[in-house]
Amino acid sequence: MLQPLADGIKLIFKEDFVPARVDLVVYWLAPAISMVVALFVYAVIPFGPEITIFGRRVPLYLADVNIGILVVLAASSVGVYGIILGGWSSNNKYSLLGSLRSSAQLISYELALGLAVIAVVITAGSLSLVEIVKAQERVWFVALQPLGFVIFLIAAVAETNRAPFDLPEAEQELIAGYQTEYGGFKFAMFYIAEYIAIVTMSALATTLFWGGWQGPVLPPLVWFALKTFAFIFFFVWIRATLPRVRHDQLMAFGWKVLVPLGLVNVVVTALIVVLRQP
Amino acid sequence: MPPNVVVDWLYVGVFAIVGTIMAALPLAVVWLLAPRADLPQKTLTYESGVIPFGQAWAQFNVRYYLFALIFVVFDVEVIYLYPWAVVFRRLSAFAFVEMLIFVLILLVGLAYAWRKGALEWV
Repeated sequence: MLQPLADGIKLIFKEDFVPARVDLVVYWLAPAISMVVALFVYAVIPFGPEITIFGRRVPLYLADVNIGILVVLAASSVGVYGIILGGWSSNNKYSLLGSLRSSAQLISYELALGLAVIAVVITAGSLSLVEIVKAQERVWFVALQPLGFVIFLIAAVAETNRAPFDLPEAEQELIAGYQTEYGGFKFAMFYIAEYIAIVTMSALATTLFWGGWQGPVLPPLVWFALKTFAFIFFFVWIRATLPRVRHDQLMAFGWKVLVPLGLVNVVVTALIVVLRQP
Repeated sequence: MPPNVVVDWLYVGVFAIVGTIMAALPLAVVWLLAPRADLPQKTLTYESGVIPFGQAWAQFNVRYYLFALIFVVFDVEVIYLYPWAVVFRRLSAFAFVEMLIFVLILLVGLAYAWRKGALEWV
């Protein structure tokens, strides 16, 4: 279980290797960008409601900002920079191709992600993640937004560059994509960012669609962790199950299926809300 | 702005700074601890064992620009939809019709791009 940790520490002592023809500043900056934005998101994700410890009220979320979900989406947009800068600065043809593919994929699926989130925002009437969880007290949004949930999940897998959408690092064709020229801990930072992104997306799916910390009997924090782990399991599971898609299939699916579906989902959600109004 | 909001944003700011340190610290530690031995052959860019020719900073496929342009259009649309989605319950049905027209215009744009082949990847 501690193997990943040991690997990470090992990578600290690996040679700090910088290829001769890279753009130095950008080459150092790219893994840092990836990691900072991956960590930053956790400021707004609510792990649980306010609890009372030793007579003091302690909220189990760091910050309840009124535009929490926008912060998350903005941070994941900035994450694209880490990848494209890393690929470009390496001055390696495989890296450049990998990062170009990656950015094309990320921006395409970001739209679908955003549209799925809009439907949730309409249903909850707030951009604050805490408010969104509180709005799911009676019924979880996965029941009200099944289509939105499916769109979100597919887009989340694509956003984190995981199989079957892991084209940016398709080993058979691109060596390792944008990470080809990276070694040592800079390489580890890209990977840490990717794994943190998986946890983030799982936590976000839990928050937006599966009622966040809410559940019977068990304490809220346990519920949140359980649901998040279920999604992380799902990520690993589909990676082992599904083959990688082709890049043209990927783009076609994103633009011709997910984006129109997302728009229809938003309109239908809005229509239902209008019709149910007195 | 109520003071609570300011405090919450302060937390977000602190988190951003801590995140930056978390990224900068390992880089600095590695820079200090990791061994270095640069040989001319080793610092060559990897190109399947062949000595690399030319720079990788070349022109690339125009498709990427097309998708980037369509993305900008639709991303702006999504951003416009957010404020509408927040206050939607407090608006009348008229707001729904307005946004329906907005979405329809953009769908026509998507259909046009589709028809023109901008969404084909060849």
